[in-house]
Amino acid sequence: MWHRDSDRFRMFTRRALMLGAGKGVLLTGLAARMYYLQVLESDRYRTLADENRISHRLLPPPRGLVTDRFGEPLAINRQNYHIMIVREQTPDVRRTLEILDQIIELGPDTIERVERDVARRRSFVPVTVRDNLTWDEVARVGVNAPDLPGLIIDAGRSRDYPEGPHLAHTLGYVAAVSEKELTGDPLLELPGFTIGKSGVEKVYDLALRGTAGTSQVEVNALGRVIRELEREEGDSGNTVVMTLDLELQRYANQRLSDQESASAVVMDIHNGEVLALASHPTYDPNAFTNGISHKLWNSLVNNPYAPLSNKAVNGTYAPGSTFKMCVALAGLEAGIISPNQKFFCNGYLDLGNARFHCWKRGGHGWMNMHDSLKHSCDVYYYEISQKIGIDRIAAMAHKLGLGEETGIDLPNERSGLIPTKDWKEIQLGKRWQGGETLIASIGQGYVLATPLQLCTMTARLASGKAVKPHLTRDHVTPDGVSSREAEEFPELQVSRANLARIRDSMNGVTNEIRGTGYGARIKTEGMEMAGKSGTSQVRRITMRERQTTGVLGNDELPWKYRDHALFVAFAPVDNPRYACSVVVEHGGGGSGVAGPIVRDLLQKAQELQSARQGISAANLPNSAQLRPRTAQNNENEG
Amino acid sequence: MAMSKYRIGEDPDYVPIGRRLLLLNWTLVLLIAALSGIGFAMLYSAANGSLQPWAERQMMRFAVGAVLMIVIAVTDIRVWLKLAYFSYFVALVLLVGVEIKGDIGMGAQRWINLGFFQLQPSELMKISLVLALARYFHGLTVEDTGRITLLIPPLLMVLAPAALVLRQPDLGTALLLIAGGGVIFWLAGVRMWKFALILGSALAAIPIGWQFLRDYQKNRVLTFLNPENDPLGAGYHITQSKIALGSGGLFGKGFMLGSQSHLNFLPEKQTDFIFTMLGEEFGLVGGLALLALYALVITYGYIIALRCRNQFGRLVAIGVTSTFFLYVFINIAMVMGLIPVVGVPLPLVSYGGTVMMTILVSFGLLMSVSIHRDIRISRQGNDDGRN
Repeated sequence: MWHRDSDRFRMFTRRALMLGAGKGVLLTGLAARMYYLQVLESDRYRTLADENRISHRLLPPPRGLVTDRFGEPLAINRQNYHIMIVREQTPDVRRTLEILDQIIELGPDTIERVERDVARRRSFVPVTVRDNLTWDEVARVGVNAPDLPGLIIDAGRSRDYPEGPHLAHTLGYVAAVSEKELTGDPLLELPGFTIGKSGVEKVYDLALRGTAGTSQVEVNALGRVIRELEREEGDSGNTVVMTLDLELQRYANQRLSDQESASAVVMDIHNGEVLALASHPTYDPNAFTNGISHKLWNSLVNNPYAPLSNKAVNGTYAPGSTFKMCVALAGLEAGIISPNQKFFCNGYLDLGNARFHCWKRGGHGWMNMHDSLKHSCDVYYYEISQKIGIDRIAAMAHKLGLGEETGIDLPNERSGLIPTKDWKEIQLGKRWQGGETLIASIGQGYVLATPLQLCTMTARLASGKAVKPHLTRDHVTPDGVSSREAEEFPELQVSRANLARIRDSMNGVTNEIRGTGYGARIKTEGMEMAGKSGTSQVRRITMRERQTTGVLGNDELPWKYRDHALFVAFAPVDNPRYACSVVVEHGGGGSGVAGPIVRDLLQKAQELQSARQGISAANLPNSAQLRPRTAQNNENEG
Repeated sequence: MAMSKYRIGEDPDYVPIGRRLLLLNWTLVLLIAALSGIGFAMLYSAANGSLQPWAERQMMRFAVGAVLMIVIAVTDIRVWLKLAYFSYFVALVLLVGVEIKGDIGMGAQRWINLGFFQLQPSELMKISLVLALARYFHGLTVEDTGRITLLIPPLLMVLAPAALVLRQPDLGTALLLIAGGGVIFWLAGVRMWKFALILGSALAAIPIGWQFLRDYQKNRVLTFLNPENDPLGAGYHITQSKIALGSGGLFGKGFMLGSQSHLNFLPEKQTDFIFTMLGEEFGLVGGLALLALYALVITYGYIIALRCRNQFGRLVAIGVTSTFFLYVFINIAMVMGLIPVVGVPLPLVSYGGTVMMTILVSFGLLMSVSIHRDIRISRQGNDDGRN
């Protein structure tokens, strides 16, 4: 019996050892696999583990500041406190919100929205309860913090325009990035990030934006942040120093505020620096920063006086009589007329079977060039324009900066229109009519110009150089800010003597008795201005109206049919420094309505200049000295 | 007379209880305690440095299980021989029971709720099958094992519970039962060509069996074949486990410093993927050390088997050792992406009461074999065979 058992045992032992050997092989296989994963492939898996746990987050840079030429802040970054709630840190969300409601008013709508948001997010994700807390509210919440578990007060930055409506059109505003503005730059996808939407904020957006910093945080599998591992602060955007003089700008706004709809430009005739650029009515750009309400937006869009439009660069108007310098200069330059050549004005001129009226019904009598400008006689220009021809007039207009964009650093600048024979053929498919030259000669018909172009034209007449307007002290590019080379504008290809004659005639307009602008002259000695009024018709005066009621006065017409009032001028007469243009939409007579505004602006510009005599150009601030001040602000307010 | 029975006290092989405790293989007990201790430490780490919710409960289970293990160890091996078929029968009835009335857990019917205790009949079957097969082959001579008719009953003994477990469905346990049973067949001396035949027909049956797999089981196999295919879905577990192990490197990231484990990228880190956490925190060195401990335990199992002088004890010893080995191998191979994820825990280390009990009970049997190694038992099982 036992021999059989020993058979079994031998068999068992043999097979058990084979089995054991097999297990040994398998365990060795496991060890080899471990070696492969943990030694040979370790680097790859280490990288993958870090990719798992480390998340890179962008830190939005503070936006660059915008200041006026003296460093006065025009666009800054304000601390913006918002209060957030974290579900997992509060025992009862509703109860906490109700307590908060008693401390700072939330209202049932907010409580409901927050509860909804909280339910949708993961329990550790903060949900914004309210934005834009006042300092007082922050303090009250802080004091009551023990009763408000799970509430966090967080400080962010939001754009602030301390001057509010005064610079809305020039500065523009920032707002949240829209879908079609996404460029793939991850910075733009950060929640709450804003970019320039209009004005300087838009044109210099890249320079103002700065570069984002990064924060490396450790996250768990749910995306919850465990701790910050590394932080690299970004670079704040460049400070942009504007050419604007805040005080003059404020004054311009104030001066336009009596009008329904108007715009004004003041610039330095030598270097093209725009000192004031105003469009009325205006709006508060701060309303856009945190999302504008539907109601406010609709009221801005539907306002008949178009507050959102920057009329100084986007508004085009028939320049009316302010165009006459251009026609006269074209005639002088072409040698077609001489300054003393006289034409007779009996109140109208017949061409073919059409009659072209002068603004003065009885006529001006014999007029030379000087008197024609001084009295703004229309018939004189009907006469000479027939000899000069529209194309010569157009060429001179372009020389003076009309009919093309000035290239100012603002978005959506309009180019206006200076018609030529070819232009009409191509655009309208019709031949140019002789009468159209007559109408163009008094700045009516097809001729259109922006207030900025008219100011540029005046600056060019005063300086004899092809001045171009601009808004920043320095040269601003997406890469940064560099000092603007002392820009020497090329000479206008116009005889100095002829320019002097035109300037002298403009002097006649404002400083000689019975000049159309005499009433609007600057009386302060040494500050006198030379200018030209313009009253441009926006409706057709029919023969029937002339014969029955006579030409209706502006007071008798509804606002939108009244004439535009225009005035351009430079000052001081002897040694010109500033040019100014004002257009009052449907304001009536140029000399009566626009003239006094130009006068006041030019006088103010000169007064400010003499008051600041001590401040030489070298002392003006540049962007290097004006870093964004958020860091300082933090210290002050924290 | 050969057939006479001894009462206790008359049995010439009777060993007093105190002596049995001295004969207990204390080195093996120490190894088991060491492995469980590693488990406690890992569970403490898994809970981010807390005894709750896992480590403390695991310790209590171990304490209870260890006492049970020793009680089983000092119980006469012949008692277990006599109980072998009975326990198999009970386990089989319970398995049928979960088919009829079982609680749904983890998408599979596995538990019978006895009110105070959730019984997992498949775990009981793992032990009972080994006991029953060992009892059966104990009664066969080498020549007997060559007769196919005598191999049919044990084959049915394996296939019946395996089929029931597969229906639950629990692929991992079914494979463990078949493999564990196969080991006993092998040790009993069943011819190799018969294994080859069974294995060949099993491979041929794979395409047919595939249709009977549940979707999640199919997914497990498919993701195993290509885990990167679905990195956020079913392949996530394997991928994250490999990242955790690989990033651990040679010496690991340090106790409680495993980023994959502690930031929850690693799923089920306290149960099936606990080896991964160990590998991440203690590196290759820690992983190999654990593997060495397991290898030592298995070697002890073999020594006990080879020193045993009765066939039943030998078969039981290698049977439970092999089941233990299969747990270790399947779990570690699974977390390293060598085989599909089948839901087998790492014995003594993974959190889980039932498996802890199964393992400790089977070690109790192993030690009982060791203590009673010199008892000779006749093929009939009721005879000391001395005369």
